Amino acid sequence: MKRESMVPLLLILPALVYLVVFIGYPIVGTFQLAFSSPKGWLENFKYVLSSRDFLSAFLNTILLGVVVIPAQFVLAILLALLVNKKWKGYKTILYIIATPLALSDVTAALISYSIFAPNGYLNKILLRLNWIERPLYFFGYLFRSREFLVVILTEIWRATPLVFVILLAGLQSINNEYLEAADVFGFSAWEKFTKITLPLLKPSIVSALLVRTLFAFQIFGVVWLLAGRDITILAGETYYWYVFMNNRNIASTYALIIAILTFIVGWFYIGTIRSKHLEEGVRT
Amino acid sequence: MAKVILNEVRKHFGNVKALDGINLTIEEGLFVVLLGPSGCGKTTLMRCISGLEKLTDGKILFDDADVSNTAPKDRNVAMVFQSYAVWPHMKVRDNIAYPLKLKKVPKKEIEERVKWVAELLHISELLDRFPSQLSGGQRQRVAVARAIVHRPKVLLMDEPLSNLDALLRVRMRSELRKLHDQVKVTTVYVTHDQTEAMTMGDKIAVMNAGRIIQYGTPEEIYRRPKTIFVAGFVGSPQMNFLPMKVTSSGNQFFAENFGLRIPLRTDPRKDRLTVGIRPEHIFLEQPGNSVSIGATVYFAEKLMSETVLHLMIDGDTTIVVKVPYDLSVEENDKMQVYVDLNRIHFFDPATGERIEL
Amino acid sequence: MKKFFYILACVAICLWFLGPLFFTFLASMTPSSDFYSMDKIFPSKLTFEHIYKLLVNLGGWRAMLVSVQVALIAIAISFAFGIPAGYAITRYIFRGKNMIKLVMLFTRSVPLVVIAVSLVTMYLRLNLADTMFGVALAHAAMVLPFVVLITSSIFSGVFVEYEEAGMIFGLSRFGAFLRITMPLALPGLAASAIFAFIMSWNEVFAASVLAITNRTLPAHILSTAMASPDYFKFAAGTIMAVPALIFIFIIRKYLISMWGISLK
Repeated sequence: MKRESMVPLLLILPALVYLVVFIGYPIVGTFQLAFSSPKGWLENFKYVLSSRDFLSAFLNTILLGVVVIPAQFVLAILLALLVNKKWKGYKTILYIIATPLALSDVTAALISYSIFAPNGYLNKILLRLNWIERPLYFFGYLFRSREFLVVILTEIWRATPLVFVILLAGLQSINNEYLEAADVFGFSAWEKFTKITLPLLKPSIVSALLVRTLFAFQIFGVVWLLAGRDITILAGETYYWYVFMNNRNIASTYALIIAILTFIVGWFYIGTIRSKHLEEGVRT
Repeated sequence: MAKVILNEVRKHFGNVKALDGINLTIEEGLFVVLLGPSGCGKTTLMRCISGLEKLTDGKILFDDADVSNTAPKDRNVAMVFQSYAVWPHMKVRDNIAYPLKLKKVPKKEIEERVKWVAELLHISELLDRFPSQLSGGQRQRVAVARAIVHRPKVLLMDEPLSNLDALLRVRMRSELRKLHDQVKVTTVYVTHDQTEAMTMGDKIAVMNAGRIIQYGTPEEIYRRPKTIFVAGFVGSPQMNFLPMKVTSSGNQFFAENFGLRIPLRTDPRKDRLTVGIRPEHIFLEQPGNSVSIGATVYFAEKLMSETVLHLMIDGDTTIVVKVPYDLSVEENDKMQVYVDLNRIHFFDPATGERIEL
Repeated sequence: MKKFFYILACVAICLWFLGPLFFTFLASMTPSSDFYSMDKIFPSKLTFEHIYKLLVNLGGWRAMLVSVQVALIAIAISFAFGIPAGYAITRYIFRGKNMIKLVMLFTRSVPLVVIAVSLVTMYLRLNLADTMFGVALAHAAMVLPFVVLITSSIFSGVFVEYEEAGMIFGLSRFGAFLRITMPLALPGLAASAIFAFIMSWNEVFAASVLAITNRTLPAHILSTAMASPDYFKFAAGTIMAVPALIFIFIIRKYLISMWGISLK
């Protein structure tokens, strides 16, 4: 009896130990680094929190999230509804929408650059159409607001499929009989959507929202490649302080702030969907 | 073939006592059915015999060998699963041959035995197909073939017919039983279907709440149910149970209620009795030794082969009676029915145990 | 009317999602003179010159090899540790199971950004700093919770009865796992290995921080791209995108369920 109950623990132990060593311990290390400074244990935080770079990095990260996430959701819901109709060839469209999922943020940034570069295809096409007389510049410190726009478009392009996939899975799990019942009772298409589909989709929406918000604090590759430090962001500052300033303490302080923000947001969401979250993780 | 002896077998899942002290001896070559409602422990018991579940306490012996701590693969048992569990990544032939291969049977003999069992179960033409290309009934035959091909000591079947459609189920009942008569392997068959139990089993073990309530031939179970539970579980429609008071006049004791007065052969030494009467033992015409009861028709289920009447014998008590199909009755008709006194059962209302009176 | 709307939507979707990819591929194969002349949208000829130069002269090939090695080692480690754990979660009932699942969900959502810098400190002590193996260990940690959750979901899709039948008919528990469950789970496991490969192939932050000389492809691009001429950037985009796209295409059937598990 006792031996029997040891087997699963022995099977899980290696994975658990590995995660403790390579994720648990480094988290502790991040704390250590962030809280150690010759001047006092809170000095790193004092320095970071009072710096102008932090404020702008924080605001930029939030601003990107606030603009990008709602746009992604609207687009993703529309796409999911379209694909969920299951007309002929919907699978092809599904895979086409899913292509950006395969690409990293670095790749997405490079792809976006091919469109918006000074010699990029947007400029070439607009010039050909005679809509503009000289190329538009999207990059560089002087054009920061345009840079911002490009980052937003790239993020929407790159990460909408992520939301789309979660919402589509949610839509597919809705029993069609609910909608047929609504048809019988004479609901309009709009009523069906707002009164039946949307409420039933809520768990998927919440979990997609969670994932997106968590990722929003980690946004790095796209911004770093396209805008460098023209647009400062939290993960970018971590990278900057480590790679360029060679200061692990400040870098860790930024990392810890990202972790704390992630944790707060995660806690907030999981509080609202906890039971669902656990049940769906693994079927037994 | 082996005799299976279960000695004080217990299996607990946490606080749940799935098996609560099972004692059973299954004679060699017998077809034994474990019958009971879902959750009674019948499948757990079978899994304990197979070795898939380890015992919390007690012993299991095959012939004289204690196998309680033997791994399933070394017990030489076979099993037909409810879902058949025919391995989808192997062809039918390999499914059947695999157990033999694991037992290191020579190649030539494997071929012969597969051929033999395929003919026995009429699946010779399916041998080179994959399970996904088979119907449910065919898959079941493959599962049975795989189970008997290596001549196990004990064959275990876990509700093997429950996933088949009604017609096929009836046919497979007789086929499985005939198959057993041909190969004569000790068989333990789990079901909650009393018809399967009655028609297939040499003996039936009726189980409830982790215990075996009664073990006997189908006839014994039907004629002399040991408890109210067994009496109610076997037989369709269900036996009527009537609470009665014990009265006496002189040396003669009676069970009385609802205008019924049933003479008892001896003193029951109790104030109250539960009287059990099967619907098929109540008649419209007076048989030899009977008492009559007045009733009002509440509802008539016309099954065409017969009619099942629900009769009011009291403000809120109904009894069920099986009558020939050609009887024309209307609701609220008043009628007189006769209870065959030779086929009446008495139970202790407190313990549910049978009392011979 | 409705059909027209669908076609319009499909065209828009194709343009929006595939257009940028197409232009990047095109740009990476456009001769530089054609690229810098504003009135040439489509090049006069296609060339592999930029891609070749990026791979051979600018260290792309080496970085790609590092990427592949990192991904393979990460897959090996995470599967070696993840498969037993996933199997245990599916097939056994034991105390603390929910806790374990919670740990997996939690570790999966810890961003590598948070631990990468601190990992360097640890690696300096272990002599793993700036090694390909160090990056692989970090990627394995990133992929492991996903592997645990997805393998447990894959194993639960293989009926227990198949395995039990194996045990009845002459296999040990481990034998039944190896001979019955593994073959049946193999397509799903292969798909998740590919998925894990892409996760590692695409990861850039930890790869950039943990190794300076042994950089993976995305890390190499991140550190050199900004200083390179534009057409090298597009060549870089192309060689990053093509393998990932091919792999995603291979496992397209599993795509939705995998993302479902990796994101939930």
